[in-house]
Amino acid sequence: MSLNEILQPVTLPAWIVSLPLLAAVFSFVLPRIRVWAGIFTAIITPLMVVFLGREILAHGAIQMQVGGWEAPLGIYLHADGISAAMLGITAVIIGSISFYARSYFSGDVASRYFWPLWMFLWGALNALFLSGDIFNLYVTLELLGLSAVALVALSQTVDALSAAMRYLLVSLTGSLSYLMGVALLYAANGTLSIKLLATAGPASPSIATAFALMAAGLIMKTALFPMHFWLPPAHANAPAPVSAVLSALVVKASFYILMRLWLVIFEPFINPSTAQLIGVLGACAIIWGSVQALVAERLKLLVAYSTVAQIGYLFLVFPLSSIPQTNHTAWQGGFYFVLSHACAKSAAFLAAGTVIYSFGHDRIKDLHGIVRRMPVSMFAFALAGVSLIGLPPSGGFIAKWLYLNAALTGGQWWWCVLIILGSLLATAYVFRFFSRAFSYSPEEIERRPVPWAMEWTALGLALCALILGFIAPAVTTLLDAGNPF
Amino acid sequence: MTISLLYALVGVVLLGIGLYSLVIYSHLVKKILALNVAGSGVFLFLVATAAQTTGPVPDPVPHAMVLTGIVVAVSATALALALACRIHQVTGTARLTENEPE
Repeated sequence: MSLNEILQPVTLPAWIVSLPLLAAVFSFVLPRIRVWAGIFTAIITPLMVVFLGREILAHGAIQMQVGGWEAPLGIYLHADGISAAMLGITAVIIGSISFYARSYFSGDVASRYFWPLWMFLWGALNALFLSGDIFNLYVTLELLGLSAVALVALSQTVDALSAAMRYLLVSLTGSLSYLMGVALLYAANGTLSIKLLATAGPASPSIATAFALMAAGLIMKTALFPMHFWLPPAHANAPAPVSAVLSALVVKASFYILMRLWLVIFEPFINPSTAQLIGVLGACAIIWGSVQALVAERLKLLVAYSTVAQIGYLFLVFPLSSIPQTNHTAWQGGFYFVLSHACAKSAAFLAAGTVIYSFGHDRIKDLHGIVRRMPVSMFAFALAGVSLIGLPPSGGFIAKWLYLNAALTGGQWWWCVLIILGSLLATAYVFRFFSRAFSYSPEEIERRPVPWAMEWTALGLALCALILGFIAPAVTTLLDAGNPF
Repeated sequence: MTISLLYALVGVVLLGIGLYSLVIYSHLVKKILALNVAGSGVFLFLVATAAQTTGPVPDPVPHAMVLTGIVVAVSATALALALACRIHQVTGTARLTENEPE
């Protein structure tokens, strides 16, 4: 194979997966270059994703048999508009948080293990978004789960270790359930490729069981109510850069798989009441998560419970897309939620992490007057809040707009009521924190100086959430590229 | 009843036993063992599906999946055991305490 062949656009998916994995290995074996390996990857990978996106927009979906081995024994990579959007948001978030992490971990022993795991996490996410078959999705899910758990444990506190253990047990159980579904689907249809499964035979008990097992496993991993119990401790106790990525991307990865399988393979077999039931769980998540965020005493816990609530919105996509004429608007709304929540939530977690870094705690009642002390971080938190609430102009607003559109067109008005109620609750928990943060406090509190990279990364990501509100036509065109569904 | 159906059924039973034990035991090592039993059940089921071919040679794909699955299971078990050891070192117990977030 000549160099020219290796650098063809069709090999881009393989490079996007292997660069972070290589960086992970190098940063582990040669700890002295770990930060630079990470920063290098953080600069190069987004560029490759941009090229991939342009290629998909111009020529449609890209398929690749890695190493020339044919499926099913070889690995089949598939990149369409949705893959490109997910890879893009991953590159933006992990890429920028790498700069935050460089300051956050500087001089910390945890840095030795952070960088390899961080790069493994990125490689796993990229591989997941590019996988074209259900078994590779299992492998990437496991790789993602293991690196995420190890990153949570980096905090080393008792709470973090217990949270990591609980997360690991849930994650492994979820993957096993998913794998059993894979086995059943393979036994029933003799193929692992998502594309071939889409056209596979009639409904049968084994397909129904496979769907139930896969959906249950992925719902556990996405932390949909009532399987959300593991999320708040894990996300609140992890180091700040890790919390940000767990909430922004890792829970979305299993949701992404569920959405692909649901819309491509299982759609004809699912009856509408199942979709409505998932929607009801989403509704419970929105209300329960928001109420818990409203009473949370720590800032990071508030943000983590807000994630539980926002995950509820993601699952509304299933009832909304169950009606053919609103299917398209609904899934675009679902992915818009994924993208805008990813930016907003990572910004919120980074800002909360900066607060802990500087003040040594995040007890909301002791954070009075903090707006004056760290204006940049608090501005980032406020912008993230705007997107979480869904105020225009922000990505969160576009996502809710698409949902409301789908709900009204499809005659499912009850979801509109829920979306509006959810926004009010989000307003309440965001403003509860700000009423404290804006209050006047005369005394000077001793604090650790914050490197500028940390404050500005959070602001950059919050601005991304806002920008998503302005570039909706471009993003929806990208999502449509390569006919994903 | 064919031998492969027997394997498949035993696999499902093992998965059930594993998941049941995962829920009822609180000791972390028992939980990790339970996950391994459940995992073996899934692997056994996968191996049984390899018999579903027309020719005399079994289907290689499920075997490839099981081999990959075993590698994943070993690494997951290693991480779980390391975490369990660490929790035991720090808290003096190998159980997860019911500490709800504040």
